[in-house]
Amino acid sequence: MAILKCSDVTMSYEGVNVFEHLSFSINKGDYLCILGENGSGKSTLMKGILGLLKPTVGTIEYSDGLQQKQIGYLPQQSAIQRDFPASVYEVVLSGTLASRGLIPFYGKAEKALADKNLERLSISDLKHKCYRDLSGGQQQRVLLARALCATKTLLLLDEPVTGLDPVVSSDFYSIINEINKNDSITVIMVSHDVKTAIKNATHILHLENKTCYFGKTSDYIKSSAALQFMAV
Amino acid sequence: MNYSIQEILSYSFMQRALIVGIPVSLCAALLGVSLVLKRYSMIGDGLSHVGFGALALAAAMNLMPLQVAVPVVIVSAFFLLRISENSKIHGDGAIAIVSSSALAIGIVVTSLTGGLNTDMYSYLFGSILALSEKDVVLSLILCFIVLFLYIFLYNKIFSVTFDESFSLATGTNAKAYNMVIAILTALTVVLGMQIMGTLLISSLIIFPGLTAMRVFKSYKAVVISAAVQSVLCVITGLFVSFYAETATGATVVCINLVCFLVFSVIGGISKLGFWKNK
Repeated sequence: MAILKCSDVTMSYEGVNVFEHLSFSINKGDYLCILGENGSGKSTLMKGILGLLKPTVGTIEYSDGLQQKQIGYLPQQSAIQRDFPASVYEVVLSGTLASRGLIPFYGKAEKALADKNLERLSISDLKHKCYRDLSGGQQQRVLLARALCATKTLLLLDEPVTGLDPVVSSDFYSIINEINKNDSITVIMVSHDVKTAIKNATHILHLENKTCYFGKTSDYIKSSAALQFMAV
Repeated sequence: MNYSIQEILSYSFMQRALIVGIPVSLCAALLGVSLVLKRYSMIGDGLSHVGFGALALAAAMNLMPLQVAVPVVIVSAFFLLRISENSKIHGDGAIAIVSSSALAIGIVVTSLTGGLNTDMYSYLFGSILALSEKDVVLSLILCFIVLFLYIFLYNKIFSVTFDESFSLATGTNAKAYNMVIAILTALTVVLGMQIMGTLLISSLIIFPGLTAMRVFKSYKAVVISAAVQSVLCVITGLFVSFYAETATGATVVCINLVCFLVFSVIGGISKLGFWKNK
């Protein structure tokens, strides 16, 4: 059963089409990597999936009862966050906010969920630490915990290992793998890293020069798009 | 010179200044934390200048100053926020143009209609004598609205301040909350201008949050510390300015500056200690 379906989608950025006639769908439990050079439209597609930008043609639909506010999103870090005085717990707890609707304060269930996700990413000991004092890898774990508070079904990650060193990056990838396999949470990740994408993802979407490749990872490796991209 | 505290409190202008000053400083500190973190500090400054322009026009046309300034400043909050969100037209430059133009128009209107009288002087530099009975009532009502909305929306404001993209993606209307923050700021700025003056009100918004951030490490602690410290600075400032016969707004800002320096030193020392422990 598809949980996300893009049908004949064309999206534009500042009046220029960044990709055209993109169609794909992903099922529950899939792990999709979106690859492509800078400016190939990865971020634009991400915004489309998140509902922040409307496609100029075509539709992007959620199905299987998935709603916008049930998506877990791990955005790229902004300059504001790097010196933000907030405790880890405050950040993680804010992931549950969307499910509260108009109710302004957190309840017991939200606090329990936040604790559970801190535990799951083994950062419970950082709970009362200040976010800005953490290392890059720890900060990404905190933001991942927040995203997991917001979703049970679909996790979107926007270049999550940018600026992390190789050891921390591979740790982070294995956490994502675990979440995808053990909790059968669908993962969509925008990435530059072809090798890791091929190793981990079940499906690849490759955007380049307005054309796109979509398919299983095993088929992607044999495609010309992959050969070109890996040669660079 | 030798007034007792009871004597000072028996002056009705002092009572009014405290009744307005305490809730306004509280609101300013609460909103200031978000504004500083969102890099919107300039909006507060821009709004106060627009507020001065509106007050000058109101005075020239013999209208009630607050009734004119409040709607004008709220509308400009809307536009200033739009300008700073739209980085393409250089947000900070645009805000500087709007604020200096508003100030200039205010001063031109004032000089055309009788020159810089005591009223206009007190709008520029602040005065505790300028508050009328009606101003006090209106200020109190508006402050309660700001406080109520802030507490009610506290968690959403945190989420939108910390990470706008995440809030948007999970279905929170971040743009609407930005607007709420800007409008609440507009109200606070207009109310605070009466005591602090156009030129100094933005410091009431910016100082407490920045000071608290030197030392405290969670958002809640920063917000509470900023609020407490802002109120204490205003109360101290009012009394000091009474005794020393200095301008109220400037005195409050100087006391905030002292707080900031003290907190910076404390923050610096605790950081050094942290490194030693490592």
